[in-house]
Amino acid sequence: MTTLSTNPQSHSTKQTMLIATSLAAAWIAAYNLIQPLANWIAYTALGLSQDSRFGESLAFFLYDVPKILLLLSGMIFIISIVRSFFSAERTRSLLGGKREGVGNILAAMLGIVTPFCSCSAVPLFIGFVEAGIPLGVTFSFLIAAPTINEVAIVMLLGMFGWRVAGLYILSGLSIAIIAGLIMGRLKMEKYVADFVWKVHRTVNVTEEKPTWNARITQAGISVKEIVGKVWLYVVIGIAIGAGIHGYMPEAALVQIMGRQAWWSVPAAVLLGIPLYSNAAGMIPIVSALLEKGASLGTALAFMMSVIGLSLPEAVILRRVLKMPLLVTFFSVIAIAIMLTGFLFNWIL
Amino acid sequence: MLTIKVLGSGCENCKKLEEAARQAVADMRVEAEVIKVTDYAEMMTYPLLSTPGLVVNEKLVASGRIPTEAEIMTWLANALEAA
Repeated sequence: MTTLSTNPQSHSTKQTMLIATSLAAAWIAAYNLIQPLANWIAYTALGLSQDSRFGESLAFFLYDVPKILLLLSGMIFIISIVRSFFSAERTRSLLGGKREGVGNILAAMLGIVTPFCSCSAVPLFIGFVEAGIPLGVTFSFLIAAPTINEVAIVMLLGMFGWRVAGLYILSGLSIAIIAGLIMGRLKMEKYVADFVWKVHRTVNVTEEKPTWNARITQAGISVKEIVGKVWLYVVIGIAIGAGIHGYMPEAALVQIMGRQAWWSVPAAVLLGIPLYSNAAGMIPIVSALLEKGASLGTALAFMMSVIGLSLPEAVILRRVLKMPLLVTFFSVIAIAIMLTGFLFNWIL
Repeated sequence: MLTIKVLGSGCENCKKLEEAARQAVADMRVEAEVIKVTDYAEMMTYPLLSTPGLVVNEKLVASGRIPTEAEIMTWLANALEAA
């Protein structure tokens, strides 16, 4: 039996609501103030010219940093509330008995909303296998959950708008579904570590429904944790992005990262592998590169590779996957990322 | 004497949970042994799907999150009563 939430109430529900409402009001006020404030600091207080490269870069930096950090705090709060309605346990029971195909699609979608941390990949994998969920469906979930990353969604939303954020989610889903379907066809069950097949637990996992107070408190904790972890990368990333924005000539990258350069997609995927978990810092840079002529498909492939092909995750999964399966798994994801990159370069 | 197990591969969250558990034990002045379980085969004998997990006297009380120290103290008190 798992008791999922019996948070002792450090604040009463009324107090929590009051705090949440005042923070929301402060958030809206701050969000509306950053643009005039950034311009005022750069052009009035520091007296930089609106046409100067440095002035432009600085105003861009002063506006983007608070904007992205505010968006991150607000959106992660909302996403955490949504996720409090989902759990690994519920996802597992939803996927149990689903056939391949439908199962892969459902698994990829649940991967977005189910709370997930890559350190839980192994127990989750074993739990899915135990419930008889097909291997390919399990992989669809294991790809979607870390790849469609909430920090990346929010940053794309803030820097490119909803269309690119939507494309990112869509390509993450396609990669997870395609790679999961391929993995299912390859029939690699014998390359799953033997002990995994021996797990048969009879105890039912039951959940207790968290109260709204607990959901809001927990969401506040998540915001602190996640923003606390990424803010420095965001600042550094935006600083580099602001430099590129102000100093690099227009269209400088068309030759090497434009859509005519087909090899830029695999190159972007390879380059992304060692940069794992730094999505927060990479996205502002990618944003500036796009402005200078890199193509969207290449940029998306690069981001997917940064987020989805993570070496630490490979190390963790090594505990349950034998080498041939692990290598196949990551190769299939890499190929699926490249295909999506080519696809978007072609259609956009 | 309580037996407390922290289930997890040694990630950041597991360390935080272990700390919270040890703090709760110290604050309540109860006799307890805190054991870290990092072996997946052993971990999976408890009904958990996500780590970190907290086990008090062989009963899984929380998984997939870091409970507060106050919560842990409640579970320890319950386990003492049941024993």
